[in-house]
Amino acid sequence: MNGTLCDLRGVDKSFGDNRVLKQLNLSLPAGSVTVLMGANGAGKSTLVKILSGVHALDAGSITLLGKDFRPSTPSEAIRAGVVTVHQNINDGVIPDLDVASNLLIDQLAEPGYGFFLKRRQNYADAERIASQMGLALNVRQSVAELGVADRQLIAIARAMAHDPQLLILDEPTSSLSASEAERLFLLIERLSAKGVAVLYISHRMSDIRRIANRIVSMRDGEISGVFEGEELDYEGAVNAMLGHRMTDADISIGAPGRRVLEITDLRLLSGSKPFDFNLSENEVVAVTGLLGSGKSAFAQSLFGLGRPAGGQIRIDGKDYAPANPKAAIARGVFMSAKDRANNAVVADFDITRNITLPFLARYSNLSFIKRSDERSTANEMIEALSIVCQGETDSIGTLSGGNQQKVMLARWLAEQCRLLLLDEPFQGVDIRARRDIGRKIRETAKNRATLVFVSELDEALEVADRIIVMTEHSVAAEFRNENVDLNEILTAVTGAMPSDAGSAARTAHA
Amino acid sequence: MSMNQTETSSAGSRAPKPQPGSGGLIDIAIRYGFLALLVGLVIFFSVFANGFAGPRSAVFIFQSVAITGILALGVTCTLVVGGFDLSIGSVATSSMMLAAYMMVVLEQPAFVAIIACLAMGAFIGLINGLLIVKTKVPDLLATLGMMFLLVGLQRIPTEGRSIAMGMTLPDGSTAEGTFSPLFLQLGRHRFDFMLENLLPAPVIFLVVIGILVWVFLELTRHGRLMYAIGSNERAASLTGTNVNNYKILAYMISGVLASIGGMLLAARLGRGDIASGTNLLLDAVAAALIGFAVLGAAKPNAFGTAMGALFVGILLQGLTMMNAPYYTQDFIKGLVLVIALVFTFSLSARKAGGH
Repeated sequence: MNGTLCDLRGVDKSFGDNRVLKQLNLSLPAGSVTVLMGANGAGKSTLVKILSGVHALDAGSITLLGKDFRPSTPSEAIRAGVVTVHQNINDGVIPDLDVASNLLIDQLAEPGYGFFLKRRQNYADAERIASQMGLALNVRQSVAELGVADRQLIAIARAMAHDPQLLILDEPTSSLSASEAERLFLLIERLSAKGVAVLYISHRMSDIRRIANRIVSMRDGEISGVFEGEELDYEGAVNAMLGHRMTDADISIGAPGRRVLEITDLRLLSGSKPFDFNLSENEVVAVTGLLGSGKSAFAQSLFGLGRPAGGQIRIDGKDYAPANPKAAIARGVFMSAKDRANNAVVADFDITRNITLPFLARYSNLSFIKRSDERSTANEMIEALSIVCQGETDSIGTLSGGNQQKVMLARWLAEQCRLLLLDEPFQGVDIRARRDIGRKIRETAKNRATLVFVSELDEALEVADRIIVMTEHSVAAEFRNENVDLNEILTAVTGAMPSDAGSAARTAHA
Repeated sequence: MSMNQTETSSAGSRAPKPQPGSGGLIDIAIRYGFLALLVGLVIFFSVFANGFAGPRSAVFIFQSVAITGILALGVTCTLVVGGFDLSIGSVATSSMMLAAYMMVVLEQPAFVAIIACLAMGAFIGLINGLLIVKTKVPDLLATLGMMFLLVGLQRIPTEGRSIAMGMTLPDGSTAEGTFSPLFLQLGRHRFDFMLENLLPAPVIFLVVIGILVWVFLELTRHGRLMYAIGSNERAASLTGTNVNNYKILAYMISGVLASIGGMLLAARLGRGDIASGTNLLLDAVAAALIGFAVLGAAKPNAFGTAMGALFVGILLQGLTMMNAPYYTQDFIKGLVLVIALVFTFSLSARKAGGH
C-alpha cells in the first residue's frame, strides 16, 4: 500500500469538563479501508467531526498529504479532500430533486455556476459521474422514488465528485439489507483500489469482516488497539474496544409456562402464505429476517398498527384484534418500537417523564400526577437497568444512545404485561449496552411472553430461546437456540432469495 | 475577553449538575433574563414616566392585557400539541358580534348569549381540530382558512354593520334588544382591591383562566400527554395516547378561550364593533411566543404566556406615558417578539446542544 495519507498527532478535544479525545494518534494509509470501532461515547463521532471540519481541535495536529490540515468549516474540509457521509442518509440527499441535481448539488451551489440551470449539461455530467461510480440509475428520476440503498450510493457518489483523498463513512449500512450493503462494499473496494483512504465506522461485525483492511479500536478517547495484516484479529479488536473479551451469550432455556399467544393461519399480506405460531410465558423468541421479510408487518399487526389480511390471533385464549396501540396496551401487549429517535424518545422530557408516559393514569389521582410516585418508579428502573445518568430528572438528550434505549425499555418494563414486543431493541447501542439489555430482557421474562424482532443473527442468538426466521411475510423456519447450526439459519434467512446467497456470508460470523 | 469566557464556562461546569457545553452565566441568563428585563422595565418607567408607578397605572396595564392574555393562553394550548391557531382573533370578534346579535337583535337574555358564544368557540375549535387531524390540512393553513371564513361570516347577518343598541336592521326596523346590565358588568365591573373600584373584572378572568390552564398543563396527565404529543407525536401515539383527541381538545380550548375574550370585549365596548379586535391575534401570538423565553422553558407554557402578555402591556403603557406616538406600538411589539425568539431559540439551543 501507499504511504500515510492523513496523520493525527496528539489530538485533544474537550467539551467543558468532558475530555473526549486524549492525545490521540492515528494514521490513515492511502488505498486501504480502516475500520474504526468503539463503544458509544468512545469519541468516534467527535473524531469524525474534527476531520470533517465541524469541530476544531483543542491541541495537536493533523497533516493531510504532508500539509497541515485544520479545517474550520465542513466545506473547507471537503475542498481539502476530506469527504464525510453521515449516518443519516437523508442528510446526504434531497428527495424532491432528481438524481442528477443531487449528484451535482455542490456544483450548483458554487458561485461560478451562473444564474440559469444548464439542464442538458447537468444530465450529461450526472450520467458521467454515475457511470464512473457504477451506478445504474436513471439520472432524471426523482430521489424520492429510490430506495435507501440507492440514496446512500448517491450520497457517496456526490461525495466522490469532490475527488476525495479521505472518505469517511459513518455507519453506512445501518439501514441497508444484505444485498444493498454488498453493492456499497463493491463501491468502497473500487475507491480504495484507486488510492482513496477510507475511514469506516461500524458496529456490525459482519461488515467489518467483509471490508476491513485494518481495524482501529477506540476506548475512552484513546486508540486502544490497531490491527493490521493478512489475518485481522477481530476478537482482539473487540477486546481492545470493550476492555474485555467478547463471550458467547450463555442461554439456558427454561420451561415455558402458560400459553399466551396463539396464532392460526395468519396472513400478513393478502398474497402471503398463512402461518401458525405459539408463544408461552417465560419464553423469549427472536424473529429475524432480511429487510422487507415481513418482520415489521408482523410486529405492527400484533400492536394494532396494521390489520393482517386474514387469520386468527388469540391472547390468553381470547380473540385479539386491536384497532390501535391503545387497545393493544389495554390487553397487556406492549411494544418498544424500533428507531427510537423517531418512534419512542420524547426529546423534551426528562428520564422520569419518558418512562412513565404510557401509564400516566397509574401515577395520577383524578388526572393529577403524583410526582413522587413517578419519580420513585423512575429511580427503581434506573437502578434495575443500570442506566448511567446524574439523576432521574436528566433530560433524555444528555444520555448516550445505549442509555436512551434502556430508558425506552424501562418504559415498558415498569408495568407487568402479557406479551412484550421489542422491535430492534439493540439498534444503535454499543456492545456493552447490548449485553445489558439482552440480559435484562431474559431476567424479566418470567410471567410474560416476549418477542424480539432483530435483523442481526447474533443478536437473536444472544437473547432468544427460539428463533423464527421470516421470509416473504411468512415464517420460513424455526430453531431452538441450542447447538443451532448457523448455516441452517442462514439458509432459511436467504432461502427465498437465492441471489443473495453470496452475501449471506456477511451474517455468518457468530 | 476570550479569557473571561473560558473562565466562566469552566466555573459553570463545576456546578453540582454540569450541563455539557454550557456555562453558569448563560444558564442564569436563559432562566432569569426575561424576568430581569421585566423588572428592569418597570424600574425604568417608574423613574422616567410620571405616574407610572401606582395602582391605577398597574390596573390599566392589567386591563389592557386581560383579553389578549386570555387568547394567548388558548394559543399556548395549541402550541403545546405542536400546532398553531391563527383563528383566535377572528373567533374572538365573531364571539363579540354573536353576543351583541343575540342580545340586541334577537333580544335574548345574557345567559343564552353567553352559552351561544361558548358553544360557538367550542364548535369552531372542533372544526379546526377535525380539519387538522382528519383531513390533514396543515395547522397554519386550516386555521388561516378559518380566520378568513369567520372574518367574512361575522359580517353577513348585519350586512357589514356594527351592532349597537337601537341600530337600524337590514329590513328597516329598529333593534329593540339591549345589552343586559349583568353582561356589561363582566367587562366593566371593578372590584375593590386596596383601593376602591380598582380591579376590573376581565383581570379576574385572566388570573382564574391562567391558573386553570397552568394547572391543566403542568399538573395533570392530560397536559403531560399534550406536551408529549408536541415533542414527538409518533412516540406519544405508540404509547397508546389518542393523539387526535388531544389535538382536537387543544383547538377546542383555544376556541372557547377566544370566545370568552370576545365576550369580555363586547361587554367592555357595549356594542359589537366590526372594526375592533384587529390586533388581538398579533398580540396574543406574541405573548405566547415571548412566553417561551421566560424561565428558559423553551416551550409553550401558561406562566410564560401570562408574563409575555404582561411584558408587552407594561412596555406599551410605559411608552405611552412617556409620550411615544401610538403608531410606533406595533413596531415595538414586533421588536420585543423577535428578541424573545432569539433568546429562546439560540440560547436554549446552546443549552440543549452539547451531547
